[in-house]
Amino acid sequence: MKKILLGNEAIIQGSLAAGVSYVSGYPGCPSAEIGDDFAKIAAKYGVYVEWATNEKVGLESAIGASFSGLKTLVNMKSFGINVCSDSLLPLAYTGTKGAMVIVVADDPSCWSSAQTEQNSRAYSQFGHIPTLEPADPQECYDFTKLAFEISEKFKTPVILHTTTRVNHQKMPVIFEEVKTGNQFKKGEFIKNPHQFTTMPPRTLEMKKELLDKIKKIQAFTEKSKINEIDLGKGSVGIITSGVSYLHVKEALKVLKLDLPVLKLGFFYPLPEEKIKKFIKPLKKLLVVEELDNYFERELNVLTRIANAKLQIFGKNVLPVIGELNTEKVCVALAKVMGKKFLEFKIRNLKLEIPRRTARLCEGCPYWYVFPTLKRVAPNAIFTGDIGCNMIAGMSPHNIQDTLFSMGASLGIAHGVSKSTNQKVISIMGDGTFFHAGISPLLNAVYNKSKPLMIILDNRITAMTGHQQNPGMGKTLMGEDTTEVNIEEIAEACGVKNIKVLDPINMKELEGTVKEFLEKDEISLIICKRICALLERRQKKS
Amino acid sequence: MENFNLILTGVGGQGIITLLQVIDEAAAVEGYDVKSSELHGLSQRGGSVEAHIRFGKKVFSPMVSNGQADLIFALEAMEGLRESAKAGKQARLLVNEYTLPLVGAPTKEEIIKQLKAGKNALYMVPASADCKEKLQNDIVCTLYMVGYAVAKKLMPIKKESALQAIKNVIPQKYLELNIKAFELGHDK
Ligand SMILES: Cc1ncc(C[n+]2csc(CCOP(=O)(O)OP(=O)(O)O)c2C)c(N)n1
Repeated sequence: MKKILLGNEAIIQGSLAAGVSYVSGYPGCPSAEIGDDFAKIAAKYGVYVEWATNEKVGLESAIGASFSGLKTLVNMKSFGINVCSDSLLPLAYTGTKGAMVIVVADDPSCWSSAQTEQNSRAYSQFGHIPTLEPADPQECYDFTKLAFEISEKFKTPVILHTTTRVNHQKMPVIFEEVKTGNQFKKGEFIKNPHQFTTMPPRTLEMKKELLDKIKKIQAFTEKSKINEIDLGKGSVGIITSGVSYLHVKEALKVLKLDLPVLKLGFFYPLPEEKIKKFIKPLKKLLVVEELDNYFERELNVLTRIANAKLQIFGKNVLPVIGELNTEKVCVALAKVMGKKFLEFKIRNLKLEIPRRTARLCEGCPYWYVFPTLKRVAPNAIFTGDIGCNMIAGMSPHNIQDTLFSMGASLGIAHGVSKSTNQKVISIMGDGTFFHAGISPLLNAVYNKSKPLMIILDNRITAMTGHQQNPGMGKTLMGEDTTEVNIEEIAEACGVKNIKVLDPINMKELEGTVKEFLEKDEISLIICKRICALLERRQKKS
Repeated sequence: MENFNLILTGVGGQGIITLLQVIDEAAAVEGYDVKSSELHGLSQRGGSVEAHIRFGKKVFSPMVSNGQADLIFALEAMEGLRESAKAGKQARLLVNEYTLPLVGAPTKEEIIKQLKAGKNALYMVPASADCKEKLQNDIVCTLYMVGYAVAKKLMPIKKESALQAIKNVIPQKYLELNIKAFELGHDK
């Protein structure tokens, strides 16, 4: 079968072809379609798909499934790996039982990420987790299948590391049609505490087992076809991976060059012998990778052994910030080759055109909240959080004094409240509350600070494309489930001042803010009103 | 033929992803190798959105370099003008004569004047207005513009291929409306 697929759709198809039966994860851009689109077709393939409450829980969910013998797929955006890392590292020690592939989608240039321009590849080396880097949707399909095979063979989780330009790239993909009509097949957890529990002295033994395993996988990578060499002429070579490879191929065309290219399908472990062989005859080497210079550092070590005279170019001719493209690679290549390349000059327009940034949608309930807060508490410190609600920091609202990571608004508000006599207001979405908001709430109660927490309960996880969350009474696969009540959680955490209101009643909101700001303990206002886009969509269907 | 490079630009919510799907599919129906790149997420909320499509004999990168576009397909005039700064001599500009308000933005007249003053071949079409008037739906202006681009040979896609692609991509429920929009633009 050949069909145009998005990278994320190709990952779904690759997983189906590999026989996946359990999918967990947490939505974020650019990975969210993996869960969203999988859920639409999962039932007919007998696959279970869920959104967990956060990435750590999502990974743990998959660990349980893997230990019960199921093939599992986990999906998350870059920041998700920070959240789940506490369980990811021991997972490398225990290894998997049913195969497990973890998609981690980075977003160079921060197209849809607020907090940092993260390069998640660090975790692969740090946690000793084999990692593949596809360049396009066809490779998303092929590499996903291969990742499941590697996981199966070596009993290790395998990371599929992607970037926005891979997840959100489309091309005709050749794939195998998987038959439908299967029922979800349950596995069985066969007790094996020796393998599934980490506890010293076993932990150190496990570490040894892991390092031995990585050596074996390294031998496997030496022979793997996904570390491929495009033959070329001359004594200058290129090493690259992922989407950068595509830019390299274009740049070679633009500059009319025919250089040998080693495309690494594996980011970790590296096929060191293959690399040494590749660099041995070279005088110059250009390493083309996005963001930090992981390959380049490894190569600096390898060349000392294989070819001490080799001149390595990398981040001295390529940017560390922002995604790469053909033009940037052309500039770098031209420098290495001593060739001329003129960059295209963007013209100055005679008119000033303002940037069109994200803004609140028409009818968004937040339109009632931000201006009210600004008017009632002009001097308050506003700690912001991740989601559509971070538009609070943009014009015309401009009320956001901090922005960090999911749930951080309240953790930081607590610290400011304890450290100063200032009024502190934290603003958080309902999705984020379920992800990482409960723990800081408990902390604020326990350690006795007095911020005002505002939860913007728009009845959905909006920013990432409308995903279900525990407050909605629906699972990702559309089943009814318990509709969790935010105010009941807060009450159980020990919050005494709680008000649930519809922010369209701005007078009531205003009065409550004024009242709660005077409290000597933490207080909570839940502004409950459905996301305007969701409401319109519900009316339509 | 060298690869054909297309940049789609507009504002989140205007239907760029569906437009991209139709053109991708049409290029595939024509037998070209095709790759495209789109952005989701934050940009949906009323921000500028840009998507790239490249097709031809063999395409590696899905992204069009600055100065390399053959056609800039703008669903909104100010976004078209913004993009035109990155257009090389060969680029043709297909622009929907439609602006979405923004604080601090120049007037529609100023934008159009600037577009006309540029060196690139310019094709302004009242896609939104025509679709609203004749089909009571302006979201299909994207298909209207595809029809126009095909008729005026602004991209190397035949009418039959485009129609086939529309049938392959658009759900049955909306098919008739979309084909009407395509024909409307085609006969403009
Ligand atoms: C650890 C982590 N996972 C995922 C994301 C992606 N992400 C951005 S905003 C958001 C959720 C926003 O939902 P909600 O809190 O309900 O706010 P809303 O968008 O509805 O205002 C998510 C999951 C992230 N930034 N960090």
